[in-house]
Amino acid sequence: MASRAQNLFLLALVAVLAMLPLAGSRYLMELAIQVMIFGLFAMSLNVLSGHIGSISFGHAAFFAIGGYACGYFQTTLGLPFPISLGGAILLTAASALAIGAFCVRLNAIYFSILTLAFSMLVWSIATKWKAVTGGGDGFVGITVPEFIARPQAFYWFTLVCVSVSVALLWLLTNSTMGRVFIAIRENPVRASFLGVNVRRMQLIAFVIAGTFAGAAGCLMSLYMRGMFPESAFWTQSGQVLIMVLLGGLHVFVGPLVGAAVLYLLEVFIGQYTMYWQLVLGTILLVIVMVAPEGIAGVFRSLAKRSSSGSGSHA
Amino acid sequence: MLEVSAVTKRFGGFTALSGVDLSISRGDRHAVIGPNGAGKSTLFNVVSGLVVPEEGTVVFEGRRLARMHPSEIVRIGMARSFQRVNIFPRKSVFENVQVALIVARGLGANPFRSAASLFRNEATDLLDLVHLSGEAGRRAGELAYGRQKQLELAIALASDPKFLLLDEPTAGMSITETKASIRLINDIVTARGLTLLFTEHDMGVVFEIATHVSVLHHGCIIASGSPQSVRDNEEVQRIYLGKH
Repeated sequence: MASRAQNLFLLALVAVLAMLPLAGSRYLMELAIQVMIFGLFAMSLNVLSGHIGSISFGHAAFFAIGGYACGYFQTTLGLPFPISLGGAILLTAASALAIGAFCVRLNAIYFSILTLAFSMLVWSIATKWKAVTGGGDGFVGITVPEFIARPQAFYWFTLVCVSVSVALLWLLTNSTMGRVFIAIRENPVRASFLGVNVRRMQLIAFVIAGTFAGAAGCLMSLYMRGMFPESAFWTQSGQVLIMVLLGGLHVFVGPLVGAAVLYLLEVFIGQYTMYWQLVLGTILLVIVMVAPEGIAGVFRSLAKRSSSGSGSHA
Repeated sequence: MLEVSAVTKRFGGFTALSGVDLSISRGDRHAVIGPNGAGKSTLFNVVSGLVVPEEGTVVFEGRRLARMHPSEIVRIGMARSFQRVNIFPRKSVFENVQVALIVARGLGANPFRSAASLFRNEATDLLDLVHLSGEAGRRAGELAYGRQKQLELAIALASDPKFLLLDEPTAGMSITETKASIRLINDIVTARGLTLLFTEHDMGVVFEIATHVSVLHHGCIIASGSPQSVRDNEEVQRIYLGKH
């Protein structure tokens, strides 16, 4: 089964990441931290784009809200770390509820544009509200608690947080609610005639997606010891959407794969040429034309073909 | 059980339904017939909550359906099929019925309950009922058209409705499929004690199933009663003979 292959892939990935510090390369660990954070960010977006079928162009708003809130609670207010972290995630969830309540009233492209508009609103607040966010210069000097101050400790912290989040998303994907999300993506009219309140389910998906994006934002702000308005800018929302498409939006591990590939491409190709986006554009073109199910989608088809002839897909 | 009173629905300048009254008692098998464009599908869409009428009321089991969302109407016991098949074509036949059961049993908002092989027996029973249990693993969209209609019937039955709306249940079917469908619908309605409201083009089908018939013409009910009385109605004969 293809889903079994995915579970094995995830377990192997955790095992490899758990052994990574043994390699003794700080550069490698830092790279892995960023890939994990972007991986979680992309997986959170996929609750909307992949599962329930609503394409958000403004998902970075929640990444930024989580990051800024974490910095503000932790540094400006000096709250204990668990409260800062929990509070930041809760605040992101509440923001997603408020913003989502407007967005899910609209369908298709109108939904996407409204999410874009809200994210630009968040961006402009981040740029202008100097007292809280540090304005255009960003929120710098976020204090990090002692126990995760060293790079290796932060690496472990990130690995645990991201693994727990991915496990929760895995539960969601395989749950009865996950099935209803997919039913809404496949045929919203039929879903509502099964007795599904489609708008309410879309709002729930929006809040879940926003909450996990907020968690990713918290991790990023702690990693960088700062948060910057660019994190809420529409290009950031675009980048995470590209990660999802690249990896495959109908495969559970797809966004994780997409985030890793995109981020590593950016880092490595960026060393040779400043025109790395040209390479990215070409790769995306090939993906969309040849493998619309993304990189993970290609692997899933291969796994399916080798395990059995035909079968149902997730 | 269902009272439709003075329902009027306009689309722009076009009046699709004009003061329609319809009364259906428990256990009735009520057919709405009429030429194309008579307003049959609009009437169905009003009753099931997809379309809000400008005037008039729809009362189902003592509850006004005005402005109720289709999902709420399903939950108080009314299920429907569509004229053009409305299923989840990219999902397997089993998954189509399974998700309907998940929603019907109130597990649709549970993010922790594993769906893996949930309701396998119940889904198989429903598929047995519509003679599709042999196709459970196939993609729903790959089934022949008539079988997709049977699947849609199974999906509708998953919510355990008291009242079933079928919009042209045999449209697009071959003669053999039509005959099988009539038997199927009659058997299911009898076995489950359902009340049925359906539209149909094929008069043969209507008289094989219906206990009551209403004729819709240009958005108005022009005759209503037993199948025999409607068949003998002069105005109905005139319209169906095309002299109008």
